[in-house]
Amino acid sequence: MKVVLRQPRREIEVEGAKRVADLYKQLDLVPESYLAIRDGELLTIDMPVGPDDVIELRPVISGGSP
Amino acid sequence: MKCRVCRDRAVIQVRRHNANFCAPHFVDHIHRQVEKTIHHYRMFTPDDRLVLGVSGGKDSLALWDILTELGYRVDGVYLHLGIGEYSSDSLRFTQDFAEARDLELKIVDLPTDVGFSVPQAAAATARTACSACGLSKRYLLNQVAGQGDYDVLVMGHNLDDEAATLFGNVLQWNPEYLARQAPVLPADEGGLKRKVKPLIRVAERETAAYAVIRGIEYEVEECPMAAGNTINRYKEWLNALEEQSPGTKANFLFGFLDRGQQAFVEHRGSVELATCAECGQPTTGEVCAFCRLRHQTLVKIGSRAAS
Repeated sequence: MKVVLRQPRREIEVEGAKRVADLYKQLDLVPESYLAIRDGELLTIDMPVGPDDVIELRPVISGGSP
Repeated sequence: MKCRVCRDRAVIQVRRHNANFCAPHFVDHIHRQVEKTIHHYRMFTPDDRLVLGVSGGKDSLALWDILTELGYRVDGVYLHLGIGEYSSDSLRFTQDFAEARDLELKIVDLPTDVGFSVPQAAAATARTACSACGLSKRYLLNQVAGQGDYDVLVMGHNLDDEAATLFGNVLQWNPEYLARQAPVLPADEGGLKRKVKPLIRVAERETAAYAVIRGIEYEVEECPMAAGNTINRYKEWLNALEEQSPGTKANFLFGFLDRGQQAFVEHRGSVELATCAECGQPTTGEVCAFCRLRHQTLVKIGSRAAS
């Protein structure tokens, strides 16, 4: 499936992931620092994902010196 | 996962509350959290004139939406920092948001109105970009709040911002900063406006989720000047802890505010504030840090332009 990463925006292909949790694990990302979005909808980590999906893993950390 | 309230499919898991929510009930949850914070800390009432610092990012736009939904009338002020495409994109997100909701937005353009951009200030002085930016924001937002005769300056700092700032201040054991970090910074006679942070109970991931659910377009890309900065690194470390022990960030911050901060009270207000000889705003010295920054930067820019 296609995974969209940000900061900066780029797309990568990921194979074999069955659930959102697998994506985080395969890409070594901490779920607390991201949102998984498919077609504008948020996905919890237990949601199944398929080979035709486009999933954005959007980082939530932002901001410099407050 | 099912929504805690209606058992419909959940779109977000909030592990520190041991709860999952569908989109509408998550929005309700966030509204309740913010309303509770406003009341608990007596931040403001619907009668107060409120101005919110908006950056075009998720926190400030989500907060503008939340406060408007809760029935507060809030104007926004956007500071154009002169950081290339990043600034023009964030301005566009902010303007689109305000126009769609018919909200009042004031814009301060640093290069035009003040004479320099944040990258220029960082290049001209010993400050990092984030330090020059933070100083300029604090100064200009307070100035706009004063000129507009607002009662309260509202800021979009979230739980992660405050926990990361606290973490940094603890690592440095900086008693003055530890004494001052608070959800409400009261106004003072010298001209500092009352400043409040209604999002401190809401994690950064939750403000982002709120923005996505509410269809708020915001600047997702990171400020190019802030990449890899210290606060963001602290946030990543705290999130690694949060992942293992949900509630860590909230316990750290609210444990400090409820039980730890009293140990630093004697350091509060230990600094006498005077009036800046240049601009009249409050300062600890003769000329305030912002006026010094402006001087140094304008001199550097001028000498570069002349050479």
